[in-house]
Parts: sequence; structure tokens; C-alpha cells
Amino acid sequence: MPTNSRWARAIATIGLAVGLGVTAGSGQAQAQVSDDLGVIGTLQYTDATGTKVFVAGVELSIADVGGATSDKDGFFRISVPVPGEYSITLNTATLPVGVTLKDPERANLVALVSENADQRVIFPLITADSVVSVSESNFSVRRISQLTLEGLKLGLYLAMAAIGLSLIFGTTGLVNFAHAELITWGTLMAYFFNIYGLVGTFGFFSVLPPPFGGGVNFIVATLLATIMGGVLGFVLNRVIFRPARASGVSLLAQMVMTIGLSILLRYLFVYFFGSRYRVYNEYASQRANEFLGIELTSRDAAAMVVSVIILIAVGIGLNLTRTGRAMRAVSDNRDLAESSGINVERVISQVWIFGGALAALSGTFFGFDTVKWDIGARILLLVFAAVTLGGLGTSFGALVGALIVGVAINWSTLVIDTELKNMTALIVLILALLLRPQGILGKKQRIG
Amino acid sequence: MTVADQPILTAYGVVKTFGGLRAVDVDKLEIQRNKITALIGPNGAGKTTFFNLLTGFDQVDSGEITFDGAVITGTAPHRLAAKGMVRTFQLTKALAKLSTIENMKLGALDQRGEKFWAALFPSSWTKQEQAIEARADAILQRFNLTGMRDEYAGTMSGGQRKLLEMARALMTDPRLVMLDEPMAGVNPALAQSLLELIKLLPGEGRTVIFVEHNMDVVQEIADWVIVMAEGRIIAQGTPTEVKSNKTVIDAYLGAHHGEDLSQVDLA
Amino acid sequence: MDWGFILERSFSAMIGPEVVVYALAAVGLNVHFGYTGLMNFGQVGFMAAGAYGVGVSVFWLGWNFWVGIVFAFVYAGVLALLLGLPTLRLRADYLSLVTIAASETIRLLARSRVMQPITGGVEGVNQFAGPFYDLSPFELGKFYSFGPFKYLGRDVWVLLVGWTLLIMITLMVRQVMRSPWGRTLRAIREDEDAARALGKNVYFYKMQSLMFGGMIGAVAGVLQVIQKSSVQADTFNPVITFTIWTILIIGGPGRVWSPIVGASIYWTLIVFVENTLRQLPPGLRATLEDSIQLSDFNIAMLRFILVGGGLLLLARFRPQGIFGSREEMALDRR
Ligand SMILES: Nc1ncnc2c1ncn2[C@@H]1O[C@H](COP(=O)(O)OP(=O)(O)O)[C@@H](O)[C@H]1O
Ligand SMILES: [Mg+2]
Repeated sequence: MPTNSRWARAIATIGLAVGLGVTAGSGQAQAQVSDDLGVIGTLQYTDATGTKVFVAGVELSIADVGGATSDKDGFFRISVPVPGEYSITLNTATLPVGVTLKDPERANLVALVSENADQRVIFPLITADSVVSVSESNFSVRRISQLTLEGLKLGLYLAMAAIGLSLIFGTTGLVNFAHAELITWGTLMAYFFNIYGLVGTFGFFSVLPPPFGGGVNFIVATLLATIMGGVLGFVLNRVIFRPARASGVSLLAQMVMTIGLSILLRYLFVYFFGSRYRVYNEYASQRANEFLGIELTSRDAAAMVVSVIILIAVGIGLNLTRTGRAMRAVSDNRDLAESSGINVERVISQVWIFGGALAALSGTFFGFDTVKWDIGARILLLVFAAVTLGGLGTSFGALVGALIVGVAINWSTLVIDTELKNMTALIVLILALLLRPQGILGKKQRIG
Repeated sequence: MTVADQPILTAYGVVKTFGGLRAVDVDKLEIQRNKITALIGPNGAGKTTFFNLLTGFDQVDSGEITFDGAVITGTAPHRLAAKGMVRTFQLTKALAKLSTIENMKLGALDQRGEKFWAALFPSSWTKQEQAIEARADAILQRFNLTGMRDEYAGTMSGGQRKLLEMARALMTDPRLVMLDEPMAGVNPALAQSLLELIKLLPGEGRTVIFVEHNMDVVQEIADWVIVMAEGRIIAQGTPTEVKSNKTVIDAYLGAHHGEDLSQVDLA
Repeated sequence: MDWGFILERSFSAMIGPEVVVYALAAVGLNVHFGYTGLMNFGQVGFMAAGAYGVGVSVFWLGWNFWVGIVFAFVYAGVLALLLGLPTLRLRADYLSLVTIAASETIRLLARSRVMQPITGGVEGVNQFAGPFYDLSPFELGKFYSFGPFKYLGRDVWVLLVGWTLLIMITLMVRQVMRSPWGRTLRAIREDEDAARALGKNVYFYKMQSLMFGGMIGAVAGVLQVIQKSSVQADTFNPVITFTIWTILIIGGPGRVWSPIVGASIYWTLIVFVENTLRQLPPGLRATLEDSIQLSDFNIAMLRFILVGGGLLLLARFRPQGIFGSREEMALDRR
């Protein structure tokens, strides 16, 4: 046992060192890419057939600051020196023939650039022929199938993130707000391995040949990120929460600790990673394959398949392996598990490792479109909604909840603005608590 | 039949299940007024769950409960307390960061100063507060807790907390006092004084139901004993009757069969 | 390094507008968490309710400014009611999820295109606080100095009104918490089942607490937007809530003056650290930029790193506040 825990500590230390080293070092590599702020946007419209068309070659400018021209993806970015309000103007003369601003009055928008992120502005565009019957295109079978697919995709990723949260809650009673940062950690780790390779991030190693110096294949990067997620989960439990439990810190105080930890990690991420959005080396933008009118990139298809396999493996693992059964036993009734000879602390440690790894893996998938320092924080409430909906503490519930949340969010765009779709999850969360506080699959607590 | 003869509390056909487990399944329970009734049974027999159902802390699956002739099934706990039914908890709930006297004063019902707007104008409630404080001090005296009056309740010993919880319950001036294992974890000397205090209650027009598993205690103060096992009432009678009841011994003494019951801790 | 400047900034921060706003919000949170034990992780939502309540009603609906302020409080109260109805029967950790979700819903909604005609979307609303400044006895654009403190006239006016409100509200909280009403709240904080068994309608008291503290949060929001003369959705993000938590725990939850003490310590510290780092000698600064990336942007981020680390450590080692006694802490760990 003593040897065991010495090992544990050693691994924790190495894990932390590697983790932080990677972040710190890579930040250095980024130093040339100045961490400036900017106003960004994507110019696009939907044509009569319902396809998105990106508009290139449009000029935009901010007086006294600078200008930009939209690229082939309709994207533009104008750097600004300091946070503040900027007035950005779209030169309507440069719009392609037939394309106009939806609201001609609004060729000029004010963007409030805050300290920590690029500010996106939206110039809604239309074409003369895009005036199709909206309701028809909205509720078409094709659209609904597409949204359902997107929903399932989101749900699967959410489920991977949610299971760890749920298991940690089940075994320790702790609502872990820092779970968001375990997700982000996965995204960032995958990014670093993908771009800088195994040790390339340590500045002077970057001269080594790949995979040591340059970036590694994204799939390898994903695997490494998943492992790093497990390491971080282990370290957090070992260094922070296990001692807190040992000295009897109340659960609610521990919950406040997770909030502190969440903010600490999140802003350490932005400190070393910067606030700019980045993309992986591979798979960032892929052309979608079409099948029966439903579009899906092969990257997403692969990620979904991987998610399903992993979730099935998790289900089997929890039910059939010794470790899995011990986890469930501790979740069910900690005291009983303890008295029947299960080493509860060990199980909790495994749950953190396992939950951290799953969260990190989901993070690598969430990062497909853009890699952001707060990617986890942005979806944390969705994960909470999923877990609460399924019933805090049950892993199968988390899966069901996640799928429901994913699909509900996407379906909701049929009737509400896309921008508000995440609100659906929050409303689902509130409704779920209202109707069934113990969740769909959870059970009630005892009194007295 | 006069009011005084009617049972103060009844439960008919009360069932509560948790998943597949029938935690409580009581056909008929009637509690006599101004008597001390003991509810005994092994751990997991469903005593606490039954208490929760009777006091509104948990909802029955089916069945009917009455208090003082009125149906109270589904009534919220705080309303029952206002009607004169008060309970304590197996795991003591001393309010740690309130002083002992604050704990006591909390127990008084119908306080004017408990309304938000009145709270802003002390003149409207200070007189009542003084009266409550005097009553609280008198009860603390009786419970021998005056020494702890201005200390945080959290600094008390386990036994003192049990005393405080009972004293606080009396501040509601209840007609029915329900005590869940009042003597558990209390040292013998303190337990004895607790017993004496309980014995006084019927004389003040209060009915007592208490959960206990030490036969000696039951023997000494209970007028009536109800035995629960696996959610059901398996026997009841006077302490002497129950003590010699074969079903009781068989039902839950198991390994201790044949030993002198008074020596066995039925927990 | 200009120590005179750094100290002037730090002193001014000690009792500056931010302190008043955050202390007010923390007084509300203190009612919730410090006295009632409600895990409200959405205090910023009440600030937003206050801010938009006044901003929208005055700027867009053209209401009288003072009517707008009253509307802001009522609005926050109603919001608390709506939030409380479904959740106050639930466990503490559920309330925390719902409140944070609700505050994010408010922010998302306020910044959305759908609501743009009302809330001004991402750009928000501005120029509505005129009537407030019209009453100012100080010249708005002039600097005033009092000992080590130095503010613009408009801020002096905000501070005068703000501190008066803050002290009055704090005294009011002290008064109600000493009453039987407050005693019941504290009992609920310690153990709501015990309070229930003693005849207290716990749900009702929690609701009153949520509304009372939420409306105090709205006062903070109103004051903030008056001071900034603008309302912007993204300034009402969850990190603000957590900063308020940090402030409350610095001072010690459940103590009357802790929000003020906590807010003052917090802002003095942040302003001191940031200004010191910004004023480092160029050589040292360059070294730090190279070695630990201490850019201007990252100096701004340090604040949040301090909030996070501070909250983590305080909740772990001093949940009773930095002035709280060990005895109290022992009571927390029953
Ligand atoms: N909330 C609950 N959920 C599931 N099972 C419960 C719950 N409360 C009690 N039980 C079960 O009901 C049975 C009776 O428990 P309890 O009333 O506490 O017994 P006693 O007080 O007699 O020791 C036990 O088997 C217990 O495990
Ligand atoms: Mg019991």
C-alpha cells in the first residue's frame, strides 16, 4: 500500500508537470502569433435550394483601425488594438450582384470587443431568389432528419462528457463544475499534440523529426489527449478533492471549490493558450457527404461511431468488469460498498481517471470546428442538463439525458432562432427538475 | 365515547414502498391520548419511515392517517406542527450555528416577528419575544441546559443535543410528541434524566410516541408497546405482554434466541 | 515605477464604485447563502434583471427614469419568484444548477437577435441615466480629491448615493436577521427538516429570502448600469457571480459587514496587482513577457486566475471567511 501511494504521487507529479509543461511551452511557440483581438464574421446567405452560400470578396472596414476582405469561406477578421467599441462598415458596393443586406439600414454595426475574445458580428444577407416558403423548408422531412442527426451527434459527445460527471456525483456526491475544464483540456491537448507533436512543444525539441518534433496525426493526438484527460482527473482528485474529503470539507464547500477550480483552470488556459480561436491540423473543414439528402462529414461520422463504441464499452465495462461493478456499488450505497470490502477511495480515484479521460475525448470531438479556451465552459450547462435529466448519479441516465438534450436543442431550431438553441437545454433542465427532480432514471433521497 | 377516549393518532392501511421494498405496511395503528407508546423493532424495520409518513415528511402510497379526528394524509409537516404534532429525528438536528437559546426560541409557534415586514419593526414583536424567551429559559432549566444557554448548539455533546432537540420540540407546546430514538448514543446518566422528563409529559396533557430498542427503557416508561418488523406491526401490548411474546422473540431476535431479552440490544 | 500612481489607484479602488456594486450584490448573496444556505449561482442574473429593468424601460419604453428603477426591482422580485417556485423544494445542489442556468438564459436572451429591438442585443442600451446625473451636486467632468482618494465628479455622485444605499441596506439586513424572521432563515440554513418539524413553512421563507436577496442584487445591477451608463448582456456572465461568491467568502458568509469588507479587499488587491504589473520597469516586464507571457492581455486575465484560485483555497481552508474563527469552522463540519 505505501509503495502504491508513492507511485500514485509520482505519477500525479509527472502528469501535472507534463501537462503544464505542454501548455507553457506551446504558449511560447505561439508568442509570435500575437494575441490580438479582432472583429470577425462570416458572410453567407441561403439560396433558394436551402444551401448555404459563402460570399467572398466583400470589403469591410473599421475607421482608423483597418479593413479586411471576406475569403472564400465568407470569413473576415479585422484586428483591433484594445478592447472597446468599434463601428464596422460593410461596403455594400462590393456585394455580388443580387445579394443584399437583409436590413439595408444596417450596413454599419457596432461591435463591442471584450478583453478575452474575438467579437463576432453578423451581417444577415439575402438574395432576391432566397425568398422561398420558409415554413415548407423548415419542416421538411429532410431538415428534420438532418437536425435529428446533428442532435444525436451532439448527444453522443455530451454523453461521453456527462458520464464522468455523473459517476463522480454518484460516488462522492459532488457536483463538479470543473468538469467543463476537463473537456477543454482534451480539446487543447489534442490541439497541441496535433500541431506540436509529443515533445515539440518544449521549444528546443521542435527540431526533432515527427512525431517528436512536429505534430502527430490527429488520431494519435486524440488518444494522447484522452490519456492526458485521465491524468488530469487523477491529479485533481489526488491533489485537491481527496484531501478535502479526508479533512471533512462539506459537499457544498467542495462544490464551491470546483467552481474556483473551474475558473482557475479556464483562465490558466486562456493565459497560456490565448483567446484566439484555432483549428486542428486536419479535419477542420471537410466537405459533407450526402446520403438521402442528409449531410454528414466523414470526420463526424467516424467520431459518432467511435462514441457509440465507447459508450457501449462503458456500459459493458460498468456492468461486467470488477472495477465497473465496484463503481456502481459505491454509487448505489457508499457505506454498504465500504463495509463489503470495496476500497472506496480507490474506486473514486478510478472514477476521476475514467471520467476525465471520457471528458477529454469528448473535448477532442467538440473541438473539430474550432479550438477555444472556454469550449467546455460553453457546453457545461448542456452537460448538466443531460445529467440532471437522466438523474444525477446514474450513468445510463446520463446517456439517455444527453441524447434527449442533443436532439431537443437541434429540433428547437425549427421554431426558434439558432442563436437561442442552447437555451432549450436550460429550459429542458428546469422542466426536468420541475417534473421529476430525481431525474428520469434516478431515485429519491431519504429523510430522517 | 368521549373525546378523551378517542385515539389521538390513527393510521389505517398505510403502505410505503421503495422500489420493490415494502418499507411500511401497517393495517391499523391507534395511539391513545396522554399515554406513552413505544415503537420498537430491529434496524430496518421501517420505524423511521413510518414516523416520516405520520409526520408528513414522506408521502404514503396508500392509506389514511388521522390526527385528533381529522384526516392528515398528505399534510405538510409544518402544518402538522402547527396542529400540535411535533417530532424529533434519529440523527439529531441541533442547529449548530444558532445558540442554544435561539434554538429554543425558534420552536415557538405563531411568532409575530417571523413575518418579513414585522421583522423590520421590532416594537411589534419584542414583547412576544420576551415572553417566548422566558418560556424557553424555564424549559432549559428543566432540561438542565441553562449552562449552555448562550453557546452555539454545535458545541454541545451528543447527549445534550438530544436533550435540546426534545426541549425545543416542547417549545411548540405540542399535544403529540414523536421522538425517534431519543436515547440513542446518550450516556446512561443523561438517559435517565431524559426518561424522567418524558415521563412528565402525559401529566401535561401530551401524548408521546417514541422509537427505542432498549427493552429496559421501554419497560420502565411505556404504557403500550408496538413492535414492528419488516414494515408490519407484528405485536402490541403492555411491556410485560410484549416481552414474553413468542412472535416477537422469533421474529427478530434470530441469533439471540433464548437469551434474556433485557440483555439484548435490539438494534 | 510610479508608486504614487499605483497607490492612488489602489486607494481609490478601496471604496470605489466597483466595491459598492459588488458589495451590494454580495449583500444579496449573503441573504441567500450566508443566512439561508441557498446555493444561488445566478446572482448575476438578478443584477442583469435590475440593469435591463431600468435600461429597457427608460431607453426603449420612454418611461420616467425613477419609475424605471422601481420597475427594475419589481422585475427582479418576479424573476426570483418564478425561479423559486419550481426549485426551492429541491436539493441545494439542484438550486445551484437552475440558478446558473437561469442567469445564462437571461444573458443569452438579452444578447440575442430576437430580443434586439428591446435589449439592444449584443450592443446593449445606453444613455438613459441622465436624470440621475442631473441631480448631481458635483461637476460631472471634474476631478475631486479627498485625502488619498481621487474620483471624477460623476463617480463622486455615484459613490455618495451608492454608499448611502449600501449602508442602509446593510443595516436593514442586520435588522431583519436579528429578528425571529432572520432566526428562522438561519435555522433553515442549518437544517431545513428541523425547521419544518418546528412548524416553519420552509418553502415560503426560502422564497422570501430568494426575493429579498435577488432584489438587493437588482440594486447592484441598477447602480452598475447607472455608473457605466450602458447595459451590455455579456457583462452579466457567470464569472461575475463567482467573483461575488469569492468576495462573500473572503468576508465570511453570514456576517453582516462581510460583503463590504470582502469587496473592498478584493478590489484593492486586484487593482494593486494589475497596476503594479503594468508599471513594472520595462526590462523586467520584457523578461516576464518572454518567460511567462505577461502581456497586457494576460495581466487582465490574472484577475480571474486570482478569483478562481482564491475561491478554491478559501472554500477549502477558510469557508468561514478570513476573519472567521476556527470554532465556527469546526461547527461547519458536523
Ligand atoms: N428513501 C429510501 N429509499 C430507499 N429505501 C429506503 C428509504 N428510506 C428507507 N428505506 C429502507 O426502508 C427500510 C426501513 O428503514 P427505516 O425506516 O430507516 O428503518 P428503522 O428506522 O426501523 O431502522 C430499510 O430497509 C431502508 O433501507
Ligand atoms: Mg430509524
